[in-house]
Amino acid sequence: MPFIPHTPEDVSAMLGAIGAASIEALFDEIPPALKTGQLKGVPDGMSEMAVARLMQERASQDGFWSSFIGAGVYEHHIPAAVWQITTRGEFYSAYTPYQAEASQGTLQLIYEYQTMMTRLTGLDVSNASLYDGASALAEAALMAVRTHKTSRRVLMPKTVHPIYRRVVDTTVRNQGIELVELDYDAATGLSVLPADPGSFAGLVIPQPNFFGVLEDVHAMTDWAHEQGALAIALVNPTTLAVLEAPGQWGQTGADIAVGEGQPLGAPMASGGPYFGFMCCRQAFVRQMPGRIVGRTVDLDGKQGFALTLQAREQHIRRSKATSNICTNQGLVVTAATQYMALLGPQGLAKVASASHANTVALADQLAAIPGVTRAFASPFFHEVVLKLNDSAKDVLRALRAQGILGGLDISGWYPELGQAILVCVTETKTATDLDHYVQHMERILSKRREAPPCAYKS
Amino acid sequence: MLIFAHSRPGRTAAAQFPAASGSLDDLPATLRRKNAPALPEVSELDVVRHYTRLSQKNFSIDTQFYPLGSCTMKYNPRACNSLAMLPQFLARHPASPDETGQGFLATMFELQEMLKDVTGMAGVSMAPMAGAHGEFAGVAMIRAYHDARGDTARREIIVPDAAHGTNPATATMCGYTVKEIPTDATGSVDLAALRAAVGPHTAGLMLTNPSTLGVFEKTISDIQKIVHDAGGLLYYDGANLNAILGKVRPGDMGFDVIHVNLHKTFSTPHGGGGPGAGPVGVAERLLPFMPIPLVLNENGFYRLATEADLPQSIGRMSANMGNAGVLMRAYIYARLLGSEGMHRVAEYATLNANYLMAKLREAGFDLAFPERRASHEFIVTLKKLKDATGVSAMDFAKRLLDYGYHAPTTYFPMLVPECLLIEPTETESRETIDGFVEAMIKIKHEAETTADLVKGAPYSLPVRRLDDVRAARELDLAYKPAA
Repeated sequence: MPFIPHTPEDVSAMLGAIGAASIEALFDEIPPALKTGQLKGVPDGMSEMAVARLMQERASQDGFWSSFIGAGVYEHHIPAAVWQITTRGEFYSAYTPYQAEASQGTLQLIYEYQTMMTRLTGLDVSNASLYDGASALAEAALMAVRTHKTSRRVLMPKTVHPIYRRVVDTTVRNQGIELVELDYDAATGLSVLPADPGSFAGLVIPQPNFFGVLEDVHAMTDWAHEQGALAIALVNPTTLAVLEAPGQWGQTGADIAVGEGQPLGAPMASGGPYFGFMCCRQAFVRQMPGRIVGRTVDLDGKQGFALTLQAREQHIRRSKATSNICTNQGLVVTAATQYMALLGPQGLAKVASASHANTVALADQLAAIPGVTRAFASPFFHEVVLKLNDSAKDVLRALRAQGILGGLDISGWYPELGQAILVCVTETKTATDLDHYVQHMERILSKRREAPPCAYKS
Repeated sequence: MLIFAHSRPGRTAAAQFPAASGSLDDLPATLRRKNAPALPEVSELDVVRHYTRLSQKNFSIDTQFYPLGSCTMKYNPRACNSLAMLPQFLARHPASPDETGQGFLATMFELQEMLKDVTGMAGVSMAPMAGAHGEFAGVAMIRAYHDARGDTARREIIVPDAAHGTNPATATMCGYTVKEIPTDATGSVDLAALRAAVGPHTAGLMLTNPSTLGVFEKTISDIQKIVHDAGGLLYYDGANLNAILGKVRPGDMGFDVIHVNLHKTFSTPHGGGGPGAGPVGVAERLLPFMPIPLVLNENGFYRLATEADLPQSIGRMSANMGNAGVLMRAYIYARLLGSEGMHRVAEYATLNANYLMAKLREAGFDLAFPERRASHEFIVTLKKLKDATGVSAMDFAKRLLDYGYHAPTTYFPMLVPECLLIEPTETESRETIDGFVEAMIKIKHEAETTADLVKGAPYSLPVRRLDDVRAARELDLAYKPAA
């Protein structure tokens, strides 16, 4: 029996010890009328060999693509050591470190992770992680409202990923919290601060924003503070190797920083698992959701690590907890901690700058093609919006036929941009990869100009 | 020693760096970072050795028996990991077109269908990324359902006092108030209290069955009727689904919405506290409110459903498709087990729990509910031992660590004093369970003869008992080198 070690002798001896006639007799407290017959929707079991073959076939079916899609999830090189060590059974098959003495590995690792995140973001404290970037942003919005006490409004620029905005809305809607959308400038792609915002608890400041455009984070942070609200930074951790840390934004720094941790060593893997990170100023630590690890000492005065500030959490406070969150994304944090240690300040800066230089090179070459223009004139980082004078959907499909995923069609989310794609390049792409993309884009657009789709439809 | 102690200026793991760095001259100086972040500067071997050594300071299923009640710490088959990590699966961007992920999406669709069958629900969405996240989706759907009917006076969620803390916390997050009801002397929901609690304000009842007390709610049909007659919906917390997999389905018990902890019942790794996955299943009337994305099968073409497909959806829970890699592992586990294997999960988990309970009873331990059958877990109470010797459940738990066993869950559920909630799971052998019983007997003897020995435990771990009070009072949450 797969994964069940019992021999027939074990079963009869165990039933004897219990004093039960059969295994079925152990279910005698379940009303017979409710009992399940055969599960018809579950196929027969397979050997590991057969399942391996099935999964390999499916993996081959999906294949490999030359991808230029970013939009919050980035293809970066992951050192081989990272997942080999992360999937060691001692990390992989351990639980939440409630028994601290038997979980010092996980606990010290999280303490090191928290330290690294505070250094990246320039803020005082970090939690042990949340589900993903979008849910971390939702938790930050809730935290801002808890901290503010009078206003239940949060300002949310349209330059924040549309799906992130949707996740925040799903999370906060039932608590009577209002999300106020902020427009962006059509020429620059920068968020526009409203003249008369009314009272609000927090302002979300994306850097870079969804378009890849660099916001004036200093002015936005100071403005939020002048209005008596918290400044919530939404940042890509890779970029923090070279872009100003949220803790240094404006006069006094942002109050909370959140974002998607995936670029730090998590494979793209069709969407997860990733992790959301959250850092904040010391003053707000008791409002922070999620697990937090602290350093302390044992009976002999020796250094050790334990979960702390648990009085905020659901298993103690129940209906009055800061959040219902129970798990963090421990295993992915295990990978991210090793990734940050392996790359270090130099390596992470190289990854960021190489990604950015590749994006600039591709954007310049693509924008030189007739029919392709940059949507915004402002500085961008490692991601860029390009406008096409052709159907974005059709052009991306034609690129796909050449093995290229040329970017994300954002025309549906931002109809005012016309036909627009969001294009990202990381350090994983070579000059040959960029040439390949540019040549096909040029060929596809020129072919479609000469023979528009309607010409050969009939 | 922290990783930072290995750091030396200029030391690198250079093989991991891109060959060329690029210019950042096009960026405004005011937005550039002035001081590089103080990440460790270490070699690749430093990293490999440091984190390998850290891993060795953990207890885990792969190294120890881990009978942590309500957490279902069973063997995580290695194939589930290696096959979920095939390079093509890892390389796929979540915003890639559906056409480029038919292998992945077929896998997700089939898991969705299998979960429907094992839970007896009409629809499943795998968007939630953990149990508590699934609870949130479920209660948000209950609210969306009542609101869509204009039934907006229903603002109360009823929760038994034995429930996980996530239940009341979730209800609060969904804008509900929480009404707790007591448990009767046999460990069941107090029906009279439930009858008194329901009314026109009842949005729903959140129930774990078998409960966190390790017993099946025998009156589930009455509970179901009381809540439904009052106009409320019934939420199933799937924390203990391992106890009944293939034996009785939440849908057949009358539940309207459920979540499944795949990191428990479907053996995906706990990973030191996550990632989990908490798919939700719903009855017919809640189908329109399911969170997105879910996977649709249109004549053999698989695609992700969007807002256009489910306009009444409660919305999105994550930026992408939930914890896709965790879902992959659950799928592989389900295929390895198959239909027969699913039935066996509950059978052998229950056999192991009842055997362990019988052996401990025989050894003189007090059971919290001695007249009841154990489900996949049960509770021992050390109240008498504590009164007699001063040795608490926590002391007992710490001493078990010295004997090489992870401790059971302690002090939960809160209504049983000095409790150990013990869940052996189906993947443990009789010999392992017998070894655990021996250790329990030895510790009990130690408590009765040399109580201080037990109170000072553990002795053989990387650290002795930690000062939690100091950890909370003198917060040290990030390393700061002495100036």
